[in-house]
Amino acid sequence: MSKSNIYLPYLMRIEKITQEAPGVKTFRLKFEKEEDEKEFSFKSGQFGEYSAFGEGESTFCIASSPTKKGYIECTFRATGRVTNGLDALEEGNTMGFRGPFGNTFPMDEWKGKNLVFVAGGIALPPMRCVICNALDTRENYKDITIVYGAKSVNDLVYKDELKEWADRPDVNLVTTVDPGGETPDWKGEVGFVPSVLDKVAPSSENTVAIVCGPPIMIKFTFPVLEKLGFKDENIYTTLENRMKCGVGKCGRCNVGKLYVCKDGPVFSKAQLNDIPAEEY
Amino acid sequence: MEKRYINKEGLAKWFGSILNSGKRVYAPVRHGEKVDFHQVHSLEDVAEDYIQTTLSAKSVIFPRAEVLFSYKKDNKEVTLEDFNPDSVPETVIWKIRPCDAAGFIPLSDIFNGGYDDVVYAAHLNKTTLVSFSCAKADDFCFCTSVNGSPGATKGSDIQLTILPDGGAIAEIITDKGMALIKSADDCFESAKDEDKSKYLADVPVYFDLNTVHDKLKEAFSSDIWKQQSERCLGCGACAFVCPTCACFSIEENSKGSHGQRIRCWDSCGFSMFTQHTSGHNPRSTQSQRWRQRILHKFSYMPERINDFGCTGCGRCSRACPVDMNIREHLTSIVK
Repeated sequence: MSKSNIYLPYLMRIEKITQEAPGVKTFRLKFEKEEDEKEFSFKSGQFGEYSAFGEGESTFCIASSPTKKGYIECTFRATGRVTNGLDALEEGNTMGFRGPFGNTFPMDEWKGKNLVFVAGGIALPPMRCVICNALDTRENYKDITIVYGAKSVNDLVYKDELKEWADRPDVNLVTTVDPGGETPDWKGEVGFVPSVLDKVAPSSENTVAIVCGPPIMIKFTFPVLEKLGFKDENIYTTLENRMKCGVGKCGRCNVGKLYVCKDGPVFSKAQLNDIPAEEY
Repeated sequence: MEKRYINKEGLAKWFGSILNSGKRVYAPVRHGEKVDFHQVHSLEDVAEDYIQTTLSAKSVIFPRAEVLFSYKKDNKEVTLEDFNPDSVPETVIWKIRPCDAAGFIPLSDIFNGGYDDVVYAAHLNKTTLVSFSCAKADDFCFCTSVNGSPGATKGSDIQLTILPDGGAIAEIITDKGMALIKSADDCFESAKDEDKSKYLADVPVYFDLNTVHDKLKEAFSSDIWKQQSERCLGCGACAFVCPTCACFSIEENSKGSHGQRIRCWDSCGFSMFTQHTSGHNPRSTQSQRWRQRILHKFSYMPERINDFGCTGCGRCSRACPVDMNIREHLTSIVK
């Protein structure tokens, strides 16, 4: 099958399904055709259009690291028609994938720097790709700090990896849950991500901050980073505008003169300063 | 640019030869009060004496709904059937207006920029545009304000200017146009030394396009968007009649084990256009959506693809049920 039609998906076999949190699943996907797997490569930050045949396509980042070969992973919450259609699939089923699309986190430029990851809720998946990539090439980076929060203990995703990261001496992981979301045996923080970040107070010296989360979390996290001395060009985030085509044609993710699918999804805060905030 | 002359009889003969060649021919056809592009089978089908079709000819190359690929589900297996470019027939659009032909320039920039869209390209490559210069215009026309004119040839393969004797000057703009002329070479004579401009409609210039572009840079937070769009119904008619609007949706059409993924026209004026599944909507009000329409066409497109997203055809103003007039709105932005 020719890949010249940009709307024609790769056929993917669902190899493994992990229930991450209520309503949230991770799919491990393998290319059904060997030649598709061979021609495919991606970098951290890129996304794809995932399809449940019969329901349509939905946009998520690639949640696995490019250092892991032979498969890709995506994590999604069953919310609308497509994600519920995906949710109904089982291991061994076939689904569609188009990608990789969009730009990447400039991980080469970050070599020799400290990395601070700030994530909220279901926004850890886009960051997990970068975190795993950084951990697999650990020698390239200095201190790695991860501040991750969710509504409740139950809503934290990638619980196995969180344990792994917590056990690593070369990672400073701080997890938090919203007040009221804690369990009796919860040992992490209780509080919203921005205030926990304020408390952790990572140094901004030679440091890049990567922030992914709901718009409200991002809105309150930027001032904390600013207070800690982070310059706008050292703060990165991803925009999550609605998309259909993923390739800069359907017009949906147009934000100012930029297209999130082509110019993003990764933007520095300095870049965001040039486009109107109400458009995303 | 090569020019030829074709007399009235020659024109009919040439048209007949195009029909006989097996190409699909789309031309303006009258249905009651409306004139629109439909497939025609004789010269008598072609409408005379009208200013503008209700819809542009866009749908011939960028159909309102089109299958991007099909699939079949069989237990756990899925097989795909790709879009076949060979399935698109050779087509001629006859009597397209210069503003409509010009609309395919920004459309092509969008569809072929970065990632090539083979579905769009298959239609474009197989279509020859024979435009007719405009002898008449109405108050909605403003092509001369947006880099166009009643005799502009941009986007056309051939342009005919009809003469008082019923014959026409044929300007041959592209190789595709030349091929269509060559297919009935004996219908044509060498061109008379005649200036087509005296046969063209007079369309006044209403505003300076570069001033619009410059003013819009500072206009994002302006009150004008709300003022202009307070009466907007969000019906999307303006986008559907527009020759340059390219926004589309990708939808699923499935029944049982078979399905198709379909591209269909959409509009930035619709409230659901940018709405996330979470309910968050960056453009939740009609004024935000109207602003996007204008900024996209007159600010973002020129910066991204060096072309404006408007050819001055005036259709959006003619179609608007609440009389929003884009030409008046742009003129007021300049002031």
